[in-house]
Amino acid sequence: MKLSSKDLLGIKELSKDEITLILDTASGFKDVLKRDIKKVPALRGKTAVNLFFEPSTRTRTSFELAEKRLSLDVLNLTATTSSVVKGESLIDTVKNVQALGADFMVIRHSSSGAPHLIARHIDASVINGGDGINEHPTQALLDAFTIQEKTGRLEGLKIAIVGDILHSRVAKSNIYLLTKFGAEVRLIGPPTLVPKELEQLGVKVFHDMNSGLENVDVIMVLRIQMERQGKGFFPSTLEYAKNWGLTSERLLRAGQDAIVMHPGPMNRGVEVASDVADGPKSVILEQVTNGLAVRMAVLYLLAGVKE
Amino acid sequence: MPEMPKELLDKKDLDRMLARMAHEVLEKNKGIKGLCLVGIQRGGVHIAKRLAVKIKEIEGKDIPVGSLDIAFYRDDLSIRKEQPAVRKTDVPCEVTDMKVVLVDDVLFTGRSIRAALDALMDMGRPASIQLAVLIDRGHRELPIKADFVGKNIPTAINETVEVSLEEDGYEDKVTIEGGHTE
Repeated sequence: MKLSSKDLLGIKELSKDEITLILDTASGFKDVLKRDIKKVPALRGKTAVNLFFEPSTRTRTSFELAEKRLSLDVLNLTATTSSVVKGESLIDTVKNVQALGADFMVIRHSSSGAPHLIARHIDASVINGGDGINEHPTQALLDAFTIQEKTGRLEGLKIAIVGDILHSRVAKSNIYLLTKFGAEVRLIGPPTLVPKELEQLGVKVFHDMNSGLENVDVIMVLRIQMERQGKGFFPSTLEYAKNWGLTSERLLRAGQDAIVMHPGPMNRGVEVASDVADGPKSVILEQVTNGLAVRMAVLYLLAGVKE
Repeated sequence: MPEMPKELLDKKDLDRMLARMAHEVLEKNKGIKGLCLVGIQRGGVHIAKRLAVKIKEIEGKDIPVGSLDIAFYRDDLSIRKEQPAVRKTDVPCEVTDMKVVLVDDVLFTGRSIRAALDALMDMGRPASIQLAVLIDRGHRELPIKADFVGKNIPTAINETVEVSLEEDGYEDKVTIEGGHTE
């Protein structure tokens, strides 16, 4: 079994079997990360370039460490320090990076579809590290890995995603993945951020937090992007927290063994209360650890796709 | 017409070979103190477990048995058509200062053993590493030699030696196939 494409552009493009292969491979890498020597020589001699046209700490450092653990040579380019500020076009930038001998390019870009465009122009494997409001596939993979590790399955689980679904690439990737595996996905949030039309994706939309959380096995809380404030999506962060913030009282609605997830960075006291984020049901820091194993698995498997 | 695989060894043969190898391992190491068996995924893991059973029959005590996946350490990752599946690595002993006996089913080019040595070294600093293989079929491409051999079977390079085991749902036997062109 191998992946069918040299690129990881989105969950939408992956089959269920391909996702299972990535998750199974990731558990092998999780074992490696528990050892004293956490580095393996698997991709020695190859080069990865992380091209981040948008700010990121978590994803970029996670990719960088995953690459180093696989013995890749790593270059980091960020938009503010590259020729992008001198007006170089996106395609010219990546073609130059390719000319340096990159085997992998991890791309984060504010425009949806940017990694797809780049993948058509270069031979290196392109990995989408988040594109606009489209997808963030490795986040959904690490979320699925974490859920499977905690509950033993994906199929049949009731999973609530709370927050700004409309602008969230994390939510999109998770919806694609979880519905492929037969989970019941519920989206919860204000109608401005969770429009009823999203039900076309095979999910249920709730605008009331309490009814949405009833008996769920997993709660994924999304970050409320402060830059959306004052644009008519919700009155104020205070108002948002009052209606859709995950508090310990609301958590009682969920199933007894429910887990709480957040892709970070968190706004404590807005979308999630501090005692919930740090509480026994929270798996937020485990998500970060699992992200490393999942990204190692993606890089390792893409290296096996020769076109 | 394709040639049928030829059976070289049966269940009884395998059992006797493993019993002798267990004695040899114990003789060389003067007992089981500080000893740990590590099977290479997949075939080596079953052989390691069987050796541990034989050792227990002789010494009356369990010894640690682990499994080692060498996928990340292979030297052919950049030329293979697809990545090898990643299987479990589970070494139950702290390898540092242990006498580790690496176990594999068939010793051929020696490249798997090279990868396994690197993988073991990344886990610690064993006091020594020894190699036990059920079948040595020759054609080494690296300077590697087994300390304990079940049986030497001379082969042509294009023949295939197959160790079938009950653990995988087959009957215990060793067969050889292919090679001859008229």
